[in-house]
Amino acid sequence: MFSRILIANRGEIALRIIRACHELGIEAVAIYSEADKDAPYLRFADEAICIGPADCARSYLNIPHIISTAEITDVEAIHPGYGFLAENINFAEICEECGITFIGPPAAAMRLLGDKVEARKLARKAHVPVVAGSDGAITNEAEALKLANKMEYPVIIKAAAGGGGRGMRVVHNDISLRSAFSAAKAEAEAAFGDGSVYLEKYIVEPRHVEVQVIADQAGNTLHFYERDCSVQRRHQKMIEESPCPVLDERTRDSLCEAAIRLVKEAKYVNAATVEFLLDKDKKFYFIEVNTRIQVEHPVTEMVTGHDLIKWQIKIADGHTLKFRQKNIRHNGVAIECRINAEDPERDFAPCPGTIAKYIAPGGPSVRVDTHAFQGWTVSTNYDSMIAKVIVHQKTRAEAIATMKRALREFVIEPIKTTIPACLDILSHNLFVKNKIDTGFVERNF
Amino acid sequence: MAEKKSGDLEKIEKLIEIMKRNDLVELEMSHGDNRIVLKRYPPMPPSPPAAGLGPSQQAAPASGNIPQTREVEALSAGPDKGLLAEIKSPIVGTFYATPSPDSEPYVEIGSRVEPQTVVCIIEAMKVMNEIKAEASGTIAEILVTNGQAVEYGQVLFRVRPD
Repeated sequence: MFSRILIANRGEIALRIIRACHELGIEAVAIYSEADKDAPYLRFADEAICIGPADCARSYLNIPHIISTAEITDVEAIHPGYGFLAENINFAEICEECGITFIGPPAAAMRLLGDKVEARKLARKAHVPVVAGSDGAITNEAEALKLANKMEYPVIIKAAAGGGGRGMRVVHNDISLRSAFSAAKAEAEAAFGDGSVYLEKYIVEPRHVEVQVIADQAGNTLHFYERDCSVQRRHQKMIEESPCPVLDERTRDSLCEAAIRLVKEAKYVNAATVEFLLDKDKKFYFIEVNTRIQVEHPVTEMVTGHDLIKWQIKIADGHTLKFRQKNIRHNGVAIECRINAEDPERDFAPCPGTIAKYIAPGGPSVRVDTHAFQGWTVSTNYDSMIAKVIVHQKTRAEAIATMKRALREFVIEPIKTTIPACLDILSHNLFVKNKIDTGFVERNF
Repeated sequence: MAEKKSGDLEKIEKLIEIMKRNDLVELEMSHGDNRIVLKRYPPMPPSPPAAGLGPSQQAAPASGNIPQTREVEALSAGPDKGLLAEIKSPIVGTFYATPSPDSEPYVEIGSRVEPQTVVCIIEAMKVMNEIKAEASGTIAEILVTNGQAVEYGQVLFRVRPD
């Protein structure tokens, strides 16, 4: 087993990885920017190295500084967490070249699945249903118009190099397609450095359902069931749960098996999440693969009893999955709420500021993953997530009741947070009755 | 309210931008009889916590307060109450005091330095980076030793400015 790992990330996921390392008897090296120098989780790391100023580009995205840190602290592996360099092919390759194990997929698999257009092609090859759309990138407006009319509106223009819900535009007719097409290309170029766009049929009022997959270096690929992440605002997830409350067993099995087929086709290793849209007829369509661990991984951990971060580390170390698919059981219902420093009453405007009073919820069945603490100043340097609250109960109704109880206990003052918005959603009739889709939040709040 | 700026003021503003962007502390430009010297003291970030990388830092400024001037930083920097400028590591790597294993160190206590004087090498990913003093004065303190791992922002030398 590795003796020392560097965590190329910050905040709650850095702490999460430190914890997994320590439970496995591995030393953890943390990195921090000058803006994070007071982060309490740094004291849990065996070594903490300042790698740059607050600006991400010069710190958490600074590959030379991070690799240099890995060298001077003599680590054997780097865990990239999520975001930052987690899906950076260049970083994965540099780690490989420097003889440092990158805890994630091989760069080749990341490249294959990271390109949304290539991933769609691979999905077709693996007989995974995809949303109707272009076979590759669309280079001109005429091509786009022709395909859009063939598929029938509405269609969505997506950036091939995009992801995480960014660089997408829905259009309903030829006029809006004409005006959106070149704008979408320009946006993609600016945001991702690659102006390639493709077209997909826009599925009306879908649910977002994703499958957690893990593959070891021997090629064993298992799924850890699905998560429903339909509660989103502007494509950013707010609440996630497992299981997806509207899936029947047969559809669940097909969905999870499709995810495994796709990941195997790419010769993938380590953790991945395969995202699908579920239409009103319970038909599912592949949209993209996230070649990293996800923010909402605790939901799956609660319902399966597996520690996904430890699996990532063990697999990178060469361990194989020594059990079968049937040995992974799904128990009960888990729900996660992301708590952000945003004001729901001002259109979720970010609310940086100092948390003067902080009391996290507790009690049975409640898990809080956070790096926040009393006296912490939420800054504008990084994302606004303060904490993730996860609950696990036998039934969905009990899970909702426990989550509401936990959120009401959560004190984060005086800054504004999304706790009231989460409570409103959890109490909403449509959410309780499972009649939601990805447009639910924006239509009702 | 739009104001017509004089050509000179515009030039100076541009120079200030260049300095900020490239994190320069001193810039001098001469053109014929005209000469302009701009000096800048960027805000000093607080010292990093002792991370087992070397001798512990001198008393650091109160956490959370970023000193706006070097004077404030220097007064709390140690027994020497004079004005001391700090040379900090701009990268993460291994500090070397000498150009090669057998040579003399680049600088010693009392050595005179100019902004372009190379004071040490920091090796990162097999690349030997020459670190410049970026200050004029004499070396007052050397806080790291040959072969020591250093992090971003770690204080390497203190300089008594001219």
